[in-house]
Amino acid sequence: MSTDAILSFEEAMEKYDPVLGFEVHVELNTKTKMFSSAPNVFGDEPNTNVNEVDLGMPGVLPVVNKTAVESSIKIGLALNCKIAESCRFARKNYFYPDTPKNFQTSQYDEPIAYDGYLDIELSDGTVFRVEIERAHMEEDAGKLTHMGGATGRIQGADYSLVDYNRSGVPLVEIVTKPIEGAGSRAPELAKAYVAAVREIVKNLGVSDAKMERGNVRCDANVSLRPHGRERFGIRSETKNVNSLRAVEHAVRYEIQRHAAVLDSGEPVIQETRHWHEDTRTTTSGRAKSDADDYRYFPEPDLVPVLASREWVEELRATLPEPPAARRKRLQADWGYSDLEFRDVVNAGVMDSIEETITAGASASVARKWWMGEIVGRAKTADVDPSELGVTPETIVELNKLVEGGKINNKMASQVLDGVLAGEGTPAEIVGKRGLAVVSDDGPLLEAIDAALAAQPDVAEKIRGGKLQAIGAIVGGVMKATRGQADAGRVKQLILERLGVEG
Amino acid sequence: MTELNNSELIRLSAAQLAAKLAAREVTSVEVTQAYLDRIALVDGGADGIHAFLHVNAEEALAVAAEVDAIRAAGGAEEEALHELAGVPIAVKDLIVTIGQPTTAGSKILEGWHSPYDATVIKKLRAAKMPILGKTNLDEFAMGSSTEHSAYGPTRNPWDLDRIPGGSGGGSAAAVAAFEAPLALGTDTGGSIRQPGAVTGTVGMKPTYGAVSRYGAIAMASSLDQIGPVSRTVLDSALLQEVIGGHDPFDSTSLTDPFDTLVAAAKTGNVTGMKIGIVKELHGEGYQAGVENRFNESLELLKEAGAEIVEVSCPNFKYALGAYYLIMPSEVSSNLAKFDGVRYGLRVLPEDGPMTIERVMAATRAAGFGDEVKRRIILGTYALSAGYYDAYYGSAQKVRTLIQRDFDAAFAQADVLISPTAPTTAFKLGEKLDDPLAMYLNDVATIPANMAGIPGLSLPGGLADEDGLPVGIQLLAPAREDARLYRVGAVLESLLEEKWGGPLLAKAPELKNAGLGTAFNTAGGSN
Repeated sequence: MSTDAILSFEEAMEKYDPVLGFEVHVELNTKTKMFSSAPNVFGDEPNTNVNEVDLGMPGVLPVVNKTAVESSIKIGLALNCKIAESCRFARKNYFYPDTPKNFQTSQYDEPIAYDGYLDIELSDGTVFRVEIERAHMEEDAGKLTHMGGATGRIQGADYSLVDYNRSGVPLVEIVTKPIEGAGSRAPELAKAYVAAVREIVKNLGVSDAKMERGNVRCDANVSLRPHGRERFGIRSETKNVNSLRAVEHAVRYEIQRHAAVLDSGEPVIQETRHWHEDTRTTTSGRAKSDADDYRYFPEPDLVPVLASREWVEELRATLPEPPAARRKRLQADWGYSDLEFRDVVNAGVMDSIEETITAGASASVARKWWMGEIVGRAKTADVDPSELGVTPETIVELNKLVEGGKINNKMASQVLDGVLAGEGTPAEIVGKRGLAVVSDDGPLLEAIDAALAAQPDVAEKIRGGKLQAIGAIVGGVMKATRGQADAGRVKQLILERLGVEG
Repeated sequence: MTELNNSELIRLSAAQLAAKLAAREVTSVEVTQAYLDRIALVDGGADGIHAFLHVNAEEALAVAAEVDAIRAAGGAEEEALHELAGVPIAVKDLIVTIGQPTTAGSKILEGWHSPYDATVIKKLRAAKMPILGKTNLDEFAMGSSTEHSAYGPTRNPWDLDRIPGGSGGGSAAAVAAFEAPLALGTDTGGSIRQPGAVTGTVGMKPTYGAVSRYGAIAMASSLDQIGPVSRTVLDSALLQEVIGGHDPFDSTSLTDPFDTLVAAAKTGNVTGMKIGIVKELHGEGYQAGVENRFNESLELLKEAGAEIVEVSCPNFKYALGAYYLIMPSEVSSNLAKFDGVRYGLRVLPEDGPMTIERVMAATRAAGFGDEVKRRIILGTYALSAGYYDAYYGSAQKVRTLIQRDFDAAFAQADVLISPTAPTTAFKLGEKLDDPLAMYLNDVATIPANMAGIPGLSLPGGLADEDGLPVGIQLLAPAREDARLYRVGAVLESLLEEKWGGPLLAKAPELKNAGLGTAFNTAGGSN
């Protein structure tokens, strides 16, 4: 694998202005495939979720999956697109063994959704509008596994295996217009854009949106032009960049590579590039020119998809609140600082906090518990915080016990451990573990007297007005009561015992 | 039980057979066996009709026996039997069937068995009609003579040296030679009607979408339509009602019921109807004997109370040209799946690297015949960037113009009438090296496919100069299939009255062609 020359990112930015473009493929989580009744399930035994349609047997015909159309319209609406009243499928003709008919049924010049936009918030709060050209429906191809070669690619392979389970899985391809003006924030914007699309389709419930499973796949187009020039440079298309981090890195790398090519005076080659996560570089794929001839023509086996305005409005009414708007609303409602809120979002506990507040906790209490207690435990257990097994009700109950003076914070943490260990409800655990704060003054006074007797010099200092010295006595009492005393009450009783005004 | 011998039995229409079965005058096993015997007698051997590529004797007899058992038992199950239950049928080998090979007349599918049944086959099975076997066709239905079959041509029962039409020559010849009372065909540009015309049988291309295409191996999806082949108009109506109706597996299938076809065929009437002669679909280029029979039919219809008017469809002159762009474009895409990867023939390159592209190329080079390759190349070219607008795009515009011509014509006439084909059956081999001459056979049938309207061909008599059958074509607006059966039944009865019986009674007796068992009365009582 030859290594391409690259310029430093900073130098590249000094000289050139990047233009981006994205094609994001979203696999829909419909029960059945785009054009057949075979199950749309990931990870099954190869070639089991197929019927005669998916295998392109002679005589078969496609039938459009209505749920897939609904999902596509929802995606279009969430991307602020117009929805076509009538649109058609077309055939994209090319011979390749992962495509059982040797054509892909896709939309070509009549996408179901078009002319939209998505406002992307960058880390510093800047909002960048990405224009959406179109979102169209198509079917996925099968999966090829190349055997015997060193690289896992078709070159050098002895033979290839085909799994048609993925063949016919419904896809929506979201295509942006050229994105200009991102400058040095292009890599960040790239990541944020794909993250936003992923979040939207997940929020809509139309895709499992797992990038590691290929539910969301990104092709990133990058070109550079000298500052001040209007005409776009020649682009490369980096295929199948399948993690958010990789999107950022790939765009950054391509900017650096293009800059080096342009600096050398050579023309950039219009081609597809392969992304390599291990080296964080791209390598040349297949030369791709606009002259690629797929001989598109309208799919004669399907009738046009009609989306009546009534239907579109019905679907619009079912749309959940957009993720960005929801975040803005929640932060305001909860009164978190930007930093606090970002930490909550990054820790993945925003939904859990919302549920906890709904269950009766205050915003600050909910954040204290989730960020202070649960996130750390989840990290240790290597699970999502929401999957640790703590319900909002548990937190509300724990907090009531603390606020009512039944237990202190240290005990509450132990109770939480008990809950996670399956020992019962917080109240049950308090009883079982004998964790209740000691509130009978009799045993406390005995302990206080003992502590005062053990440290007469400290007792003298307190009497003399050095109230800050009280900590040592409180500590002694807490030790004697194994932490079960209410520290505030202990303090009060010590002062009373010594006849000092608190 | 029956007074008929097998020779008479096989000459009955499907409707007559159904009546005799219902009356218990004959059993389905007797009928089915009689047809199997007839196939054995006339179909094989060097001089045989060669209508069948596969004979499905065992399964056909089993279905027949099942029907007989139900009839013998009587009761609700017998009540529920379809009118055509026990009446055998032949199926064009373009339609996929479980349990029998489906070849599409091509080497590329030799030996392939479909894992699923076409919707029309499911309907035949539900009606308990024994399937006699699969009939010959031009490869992937591309041709007008059945000579493009990879398995050798079918012969015309009227003259064994002549073609039976195409692409459905096998189905038409089987019905004409009394090897089956009914058959299924497919019609993309005339493949049901033109073979009907040249074999003296009835062929109906229903409205596009009236019969599900699911399981008919696609040639040109926007033009293909499955339809009935029979010896009488009523029989075609009976069969269309069995196979028709909406199919959720075919998005282009219509939801209209099409359930008045049999009634229309039974109550034929043309009084006060306007029947339009299409100026562009007769005259120059049409054989004199064809014109004569056509004019004779017009006279009969006029006598029966119809008004004959003349209409003009000026854009029909572009129909053939547009058809030969749209059809091959769709062919080039529909036939891409035959690549040796998943099923059917796989041919490895003789030398050089063993890449998937080279295996696909070697398979397609060896598996497809010349006519198929010709159309794939034509269609690939027509869809190519830079040519699309000029070829495919223009052809679609012509298609719209043809539809408008029909709209205007049907504003003046209830049905249109023309000869089905410009000539009677030509000699085997006569046009094999002249594709254009071959294509011209479909000049009168293609407009109906381009517009999606129904077309019926029925026997119009024999041409004076060669004594061969002439077909009369009736056309109606989309969804008006019943109108064709109504007019067709009238014309049929007027003509048969004139001839003193069915036209096929005039066909020459076929000699024992050979390989099979002698004509006998197996399976039965007599």
